[in-house]
Amino acid sequence: MSTDILPAKEAAAPAASGPVARGRNTLRSKRRRDALRTLAFMSPWLIGFGFFFVYPMASTVYFSLMRYDGLNPPQWRGLDNWAYVFSDFPQFWPALQNTLWLCVVMVSCRVLFGLGIGLLITKIKSGAGVFRTLFYLPYLAPPVAATLAFVFLLNPGTGPVNSLLEAAGLPAPAWFNDAAWAKPALTVLAVWGVGDLMVIFMAALLDVPKEQYEAAQLDGAGPWQRFRHITLPNISPIILFAVVTGIISAMQYYTQPIVAAKVASGKMGGSGEVFVPGYPDDSTLTLPQLVYNLGFSQFNYGAACVIALVLFAFSMAFTALLMRRRGGLIGSGD
Amino acid sequence: MPARTRRSAAALAATASIALFASACTGSANNAAADDPKAETTLTFWHGWTAPSEVKAIEENVARFTKAHPNIKVKIVGNINDDKLGQALRAGGSNGPDVVASFTTANVGKFCHTGALADLKPFIEKDGLDLDKTFPKVLQDYTQFEGKRCTLPLLSDAYGLYYNKDAFRKAGLDPEAPPKTWSEFTAVAKKLTKEKGDSYERLGFMPTYLGYETVVSHYMSQWGHGGYFGEDGKSAVGTDPAFAEMMTYQKSLVDALGGFAKLDRYRTTFGDEWGAKHPFQTGQVAMQLDGEWRLNFIKEAKVPFEVGVAPLPVADDEAAEYGKGYLSGTIMGIAPQSKKQNAAWELVKYMTTDTEAVVGFANAIGNVPSTLDALKSPDLKFDARFKTFLDIARHPKSTTSDGAVNGSAYQDTLQKFAQQYEKGQVPDLKKGLADTAAQIDRDIAAAK
Repeated sequence: MSTDILPAKEAAAPAASGPVARGRNTLRSKRRRDALRTLAFMSPWLIGFGFFFVYPMASTVYFSLMRYDGLNPPQWRGLDNWAYVFSDFPQFWPALQNTLWLCVVMVSCRVLFGLGIGLLITKIKSGAGVFRTLFYLPYLAPPVAATLAFVFLLNPGTGPVNSLLEAAGLPAPAWFNDAAWAKPALTVLAVWGVGDLMVIFMAALLDVPKEQYEAAQLDGAGPWQRFRHITLPNISPIILFAVVTGIISAMQYYTQPIVAAKVASGKMGGSGEVFVPGYPDDSTLTLPQLVYNLGFSQFNYGAACVIALVLFAFSMAFTALLMRRRGGLIGSGD
Repeated sequence: MPARTRRSAAALAATASIALFASACTGSANNAAADDPKAETTLTFWHGWTAPSEVKAIEENVARFTKAHPNIKVKIVGNINDDKLGQALRAGGSNGPDVVASFTTANVGKFCHTGALADLKPFIEKDGLDLDKTFPKVLQDYTQFEGKRCTLPLLSDAYGLYYNKDAFRKAGLDPEAPPKTWSEFTAVAKKLTKEKGDSYERLGFMPTYLGYETVVSHYMSQWGHGGYFGEDGKSAVGTDPAFAEMMTYQKSLVDALGGFAKLDRYRTTFGDEWGAKHPFQTGQVAMQLDGEWRLNFIKEAKVPFEVGVAPLPVADDEAAEYGKGYLSGTIMGIAPQSKKQNAAWELVKYMTTDTEAVVGFANAIGNVPSTLDALKSPDLKFDARFKTFLDIARHPKSTTSDGAVNGSAYQDTLQKFAQQYEKGQVPDLKKGLADTAAQIDRDIAAAK
């Protein structure tokens, strides 16, 4: 076996060079053993990576080029599914816009709010435990229950929020029933459940060396300067983590918008009734809903795989952009 | 073999394996039935009913079957919607269903076309079942797709008009003379409407497409139309004038009753369609388009007013067809991966064709019987109002929605367009319908 890979020149070498060749063989064999050992140590990860990433990824690409309904053998379609999704499927672009809106606005709001609450709770002298619990508890609420509660609270006809707004003489939007307000309402819901980020930011903030604040204070730095030049650089990896995971979650955003749309439209399911996702006016339509709708409701796996790949491409692009520009966006960091 | 060649070969082999693996993961829809229906076996039956009284009724119906077929036990799983059903039928496996029931007749096209449900023709021929002598024609139509029969009807639903007779009297209307044409209907709905501030104390009728059962397909049955697809298989919504006529009328009704924004705001005060706070039951609306099952809900809710039922109005120039309506219903089929298809057929045949079973189940859940014999059965128990729905079911001009390879997606597209139109977002209805038809055709082409 080993002679197969020896260059012809070496294989034909005279006997006088025997010790050198043996030495090379020994070295090569050691390297191979090292490589095998490394592979053996990596094998759990490699197997997991292969089964849970490479195989699904390759399958998704494969099926995106096929007409496949999940029951019959796939049929080659070339780029037809791609052309259909990008040019003939009218829900794709609104869903993409909504998903990007959520990535930018909802994720920013969650990060800013989570950081703000974290800062507040690490600063207050008493009652921190109570506030920490109060802000963390909503995160534990199941997404469907939380969404139902918000649709009820923000119901334009019977909800207490609008009753209060009207009593105060303020404009009362239709929230989940108004295309202009549906995504902001979802953002309010997401910000309400910001307990996870709050805890992460609190841990990061408490980890910032106190000496740095003391030194800055001695140098006359004010609160904003201390935050800008000490807090932010120290917690920038955590902010990056929050943004990247937030974007990935926003790319997978499914449960809350579909529950909100179903409840607000009154189409909760039943005797074969028609529910058009995205109520009102496609404003809550997200790409994962289209993946589900095309794949599992319409049995069109090919087109669903195209959208899944678009989601993957956007997730990768966002992550790569943030990783590259991290210093420029957030500060000089560690 | 040189290293580079070997690497290429390995990559090729890996790619081929992935492709083969991927192909191997597809379900098979071609299992032949080879089981002995007389043998001891257990079937798994999935259905979608959730209301306790309906779940009890289906359990009693299955109990009648197992009594008649003591060798077959049935494991019943409820609360299954079509998405769950589709996933289970694709995945197959021993824990999946052998027999399924679905409420969504619009998905029959998808189920039959893809083979998600087994072809019932061999079973029907084996038993010499004469469909024409067993089921009404409309029910035969919505349980097959392009000649392939993969389901049979299990009871049916007929849609009509419910109205509050007390509200009629208070508004000076004759409660025994419900409106028969849409023009009359608009006048009655306006008379029944009592405004309160910028909202309503009582609305005559909630006409928007989000008003529970007031969807495009249910309205459309009251206009004579030639189906949702032409003979060439292309969408007819842009060419058949009935669609534009229906949408024009519906929009005029929306405007006559206060406009979309006001109506939609009032709609948000409504309770759940399947709960006791349904707006018709609470008196928030005085008329309601609904299926025959609402009678049972009304009885259970003990509404404090007298309820009348009638066929829905028809287009003014189609008054002779008054009495027709939209028909739909539950469908039953067999999972193609089931290894017990002959036993499964015994259950399907019993529940869908046995007169005693159909009548008993119809009596229990207040649905319209789905066989010709059951429709005439003296054992049917119903109050006088239910006869209206039996007549709608038997009316020769009653219609249903067509099937399509992508299920109800074409209805979603049409419904979405109609919602834009009722809001006043569509300046040119004819062009909008033509564009909608083109979109429906593109979606179907992509799904074929």
